[in-house]
Amino acid sequence: MASKVIQALYNDDDVLMHAVKKVRAEHHHIEEVYTPFPVHGLDKAMGLEDTRIAITSFMYGCLGLIVAIVMMNYIMIDDWPQDIGGKPSFSYLENMPAFVPIMFEMTVFFAAHLMVITFYLRSRMWPFKKAENPDKRTTDDHFLMEIGVHDNEKELADLLWETGAVEINVTEKES
Amino acid sequence: MYTFSNRLKIGSFIAMGLGLIFLAIGFVSAPSTVEEAKAIVAAAHDDGHGSGHAEEATDHGESSAHGEEAAHDASHDEHLLHQLQNRPWSALYVAAFFFFMIALGVLAFYAVQRAAQAGWSPLLFRVMEGITAYLVPGGIIVFVILVLSVMHMNHMFVWMDADTVAHDKLLQGKAGYLDPTFFLVRAAIFLGGWIFYREYSRKLSLAQDESDDNSNFVKNFRWSAGFLVFYLVTESMMSWDWIMSLDPHWFSTLFGWYVFASMFVSGITVIAMIAIYLKSKGYLEDVNDSHIHDLAKFMFGISIFWTYLWFAQFMLIWYANIPEEVTYFVARIEDYKLPFFGMLALNFIFPLLILMNSDYKRVNWFVIMTGLVLLFGHYLDIFNMVMPATVGDQWYIGLPEIGGILFFGGLFVFWVFNTLTKAPLQPKRNPFIEESRQFHY
Repeated sequence: MASKVIQALYNDDDVLMHAVKKVRAEHHHIEEVYTPFPVHGLDKAMGLEDTRIAITSFMYGCLGLIVAIVMMNYIMIDDWPQDIGGKPSFSYLENMPAFVPIMFEMTVFFAAHLMVITFYLRSRMWPFKKAENPDKRTTDDHFLMEIGVHDNEKELADLLWETGAVEINVTEKES
Repeated sequence: MYTFSNRLKIGSFIAMGLGLIFLAIGFVSAPSTVEEAKAIVAAAHDDGHGSGHAEEATDHGESSAHGEEAAHDASHDEHLLHQLQNRPWSALYVAAFFFFMIALGVLAFYAVQRAAQAGWSPLLFRVMEGITAYLVPGGIIVFVILVLSVMHMNHMFVWMDADTVAHDKLLQGKAGYLDPTFFLVRAAIFLGGWIFYREYSRKLSLAQDESDDNSNFVKNFRWSAGFLVFYLVTESMMSWDWIMSLDPHWFSTLFGWYVFASMFVSGITVIAMIAIYLKSKGYLEDVNDSHIHDLAKFMFGISIFWTYLWFAQFMLIWYANIPEEVTYFVARIEDYKLPFFGMLALNFIFPLLILMNSDYKRVNWFVIMTGLVLLFGHYLDIFNMVMPATVGDQWYIGLPEIGGILFFGGLFVFWVFNTLTKAPLQPKRNPFIEESRQFHY
């Protein structure tokens, strides 16, 4: 981590995309890009890895299914197999159609909620989190690319001006 | 322009020929008297080979022995005779309906794409139009089978038998709707409407290529939206008429939707398979993996929709367990355990696990494999709807059933690919064609 970073501001996502590709082609490491909205294809241009959150969701769903099966099997079949309205409570399979709505909902519940919580944890989001915002304008209509400076400030600034930046700042990075 | 490959053409003719022979064997070997019927059941008992078959044969043996004990239980014997006579007819009907239903499902999908003005699919319109061409021969064959049923060539629809109705209060109550003439008139209206839309839309689609404005496209949009309304009503009634009335004592309110889901998913699967085939032969250059991905998503989603309807129908009836409704599933679970639950695995669990992964949906041979499994599963679905009502426990997937699949499969392939040669595979000036060419996900 460089202690000094250069921040280039853009006011168009197309210009930003080209800038990202150019900076990557010149082998500079982009530390972060701040945008007011999702820019389609930015992750590919930056060369970010694909998310694995769908895989976690699948596993959470399986967990939810297992929880539902174990719960209903214990309550309705093992613990107190009553005759309720003539439903066959001799084995899980015999009474399974009645449990399917619960199995389905538990699967969806676990898959959805645990995935959301995973997302919050991995992206470090919580209610009293201090916003990491280098420039307020990036939440409205500006795009900001941040690159670490290693004694090449002049060269970087020239490159970024060339890519169509509207403003360039060099700041000390906290922490 | 697509040229029909000779190997495929010869293959389809061989399939049709073999299918005809198998079907003919099925019809010839069907018993014509009660004695023959009993002999067939006894023979099945004697040379039962294979464990499952032997087990089944034992059941038959017991039931026929029971018949003998009951000392010339004439009505039982006649029932058995009718079941055995129905078998080749049902095999024919299931296969005829299955392939017809694929074309109809594709037509519905095509109309949805047009009415929704989807930007990704215009590249595939010619493929869909090729498949829906089968509506004409397929629909006529199904109609002929229905006419033959009305003419008492078979016993598939018990309510068509005036004698049976005379002794059946329930059927008398339904006689206003289940009237042979009215039945055929309805069938003619359904088929006429579907075929008209298909032919007219195809005409507009081809005219759009040659015209210098979008009036044909706009017309096609309006007709497609209108067709969808007509289709939803007629498809529902068609499923009551052609399938549910095989069990005329039974009724289910979501049956039309259930049949629709089955035809929709089979149709989408066939679009994907034929598109992949044509692409592999180099005919659909602009169709990319994203188009296949979209079709696979539809296969995945509609498979789950089908399962939802299957389960909704099954679970409501199972839960309430009202005798007049539940016999439908009792008959299927008693005599059709493997096909009944097997199709659930093929049509739900298999596509659920295979097509859930986003990357797998782009792997063409994965889609083809899943498609074959899905098609077989939905054949079994129709089999499960028709056979228990017509042949009861005398079912078997043997020569007539395979013959039906081969014959109609061959006819389907021949007709569809022959139609594909009739027009360029890529529409020229559809307003969305450029978007479709650039489509990527």
